[in-house]
Amino acid sequence: MIIKSMSRNGAILAIFALATTGAVTLTQIATKDKIKQQEQATLMRSLTEVMPSHAYDNQLTANCIEINDAFLGHSKTTNAYRTQKEDKMTGIILETTAPDGYSGKIEILSAIYVDGTVAGVRVIKHKETPGLGDKVELARSSWILSFNNKKPLSEKDPTWAVKKDGGQFDQFTGATITPRAVVNAVKRASLYVQHNQDSLFVSGGACHE
Amino acid sequence: MSNLHADIKELIYQGNWKNNPALVQLLGLCPLLAVTGTVTNALGLAIATLFVLVGSNVTVSLVRNFVPKDIRIPVFVMIIAAFVTIIQLLINAYAYGLYQSLGIFIPLIVTNCAIIGRAEAYASKNTPILSMIDGIMMGLGFGLVLIVLGAMREILGQGTLFDGAHLLLGDWATNLSITLYQVDNAFLLAILPPGAFIGMGLLIAGKNVIDQQIAAKNKTTNTATRAPRARVTSMD
Repeated sequence: MIIKSMSRNGAILAIFALATTGAVTLTQIATKDKIKQQEQATLMRSLTEVMPSHAYDNQLTANCIEINDAFLGHSKTTNAYRTQKEDKMTGIILETTAPDGYSGKIEILSAIYVDGTVAGVRVIKHKETPGLGDKVELARSSWILSFNNKKPLSEKDPTWAVKKDGGQFDQFTGATITPRAVVNAVKRASLYVQHNQDSLFVSGGACHE
Repeated sequence: MSNLHADIKELIYQGNWKNNPALVQLLGLCPLLAVTGTVTNALGLAIATLFVLVGSNVTVSLVRNFVPKDIRIPVFVMIIAAFVTIIQLLINAYAYGLYQSLGIFIPLIVTNCAIIGRAEAYASKNTPILSMIDGIMMGLGFGLVLIVLGAMREILGQGTLFDGAHLLLGDWATNLSITLYQVDNAFLLAILPPGAFIGMGLLIAGKNVIDQQIAAKNKTTNTATRAPRARVTSMD
C-alpha cells in the first residue's frame, strides 16, 4: 500500500521535474544568443568609453590577452584588450581590483597608453556607500575623469594620492577611503603597463572566451 | 456570473488592501526592503514578481487536481523555481541593465513567501481564472508598496525620480528621469537599509490609520455593523 503510493508520488514528482527543467532549458536555448549579444554589447560600450576613439582603429574586442596578476588584485584570469593604430600598439584596456574599498572590492576598468599614461578609467562594480563613496561612478560625479592623461612615475610618486595625503586627487566629503583605493588601483594599473612593456605588447596571445 | 463579479471584487480588495502581501501579510520583505532604493529597481522587481505570481498561480491551479496532497509543496517549489529562472533569463536577455542592477534579487524571488503562500492558500483550491486574478491582484498590491517605498526613498535620498529608467524601459525612458532638487549631500538615511525599515513602518502605520478612520466612520453611520479590521491597534 505504502509502496504503491510512494511510487505514484515519485512518478508524479519526476514528471514535474522533467516538465519544469524542460521549460527552463527551452527558455535558455531561446535566450542564449541574445544574452551573449547583450554581454558583448555591454563590454564593447565600456571599452569604447575608457579609450578615446582617436587612439585606435582596430576592433576593440579582437586583440585580447589574458592577465592574472596579484599586483592588479586579480584572483582569476581576466581579459585585457590591446588597442592598435596603423598596426602599432597604442595601449591596453585592463581590469584591476582595488581590494581596499570602504565596503569590499572595487572593480575598475582602466585604459592605459603604451607609455603608462592613463587614457581613461571607469569603476565597473562596487559596493561603496550610496551618496558618499559612489561618487567614483561617472553617473554621480566627474571625479573619475581626473585621471585622464596623467602618469605615475613610480610606486612612491607623491602626487598619486588624494589631497588629504598630499597628492593631486580630490577626496569626497565624508569619504576618503574609496577615492584612495581607486587612486592606488589606477596607479598600479599604469605601473603594471610600464613594467611589463616587453611582454604586454608583443603580438600573439589570445583569450579563451 | 454576478457571483464571479463578486469574487473578482473581493480579490481586488484583498490583494491590494485588506490582505496586501507587503503591508498586512508582511511577506517578501527581504527583496522589498533591499531593492527599493530607486523607483526603477522597485518597478523592475514588481513586474518580475507579478509575472512569477501569475504564472505559478495559474499552473498550480491547473494541476491542483492531479497532485496528491503529500507532495504538493515540492511540486509548488519546482513550478515557482522554473518560473523564476525563466523570468531571470528573459530579463537577462531583454533588460540587461536592469538584470545588473537587480542582481541577486531576481533569483531570490523564489524565496518570496508571498508566492508559495498564494499557491498554497489560494491557487491550490480555486479555478485557474480566479487564481490568475488573485495572482495579478496580489502582485499589484506587492508592487504598489514597492513603488511607493521606492519613490519615497529615491526622492528623499537622491532628489530624483525614475533615475535610470532607461535600464528597464529602453533608451526612450532616459527623459523620464526627473531631478526634483539638487543635493550635495543627500539624505543618506533614506537610501540605506534603515531608511527602508522606517519607510515601511510609516506605510504600515498610514494604512492602519486609514483603516481606523474608515472603521470609525462606519461606526457613526451604523452602530450595528462593525467594519472588519486588519491588524489595527486600537487607539482609544
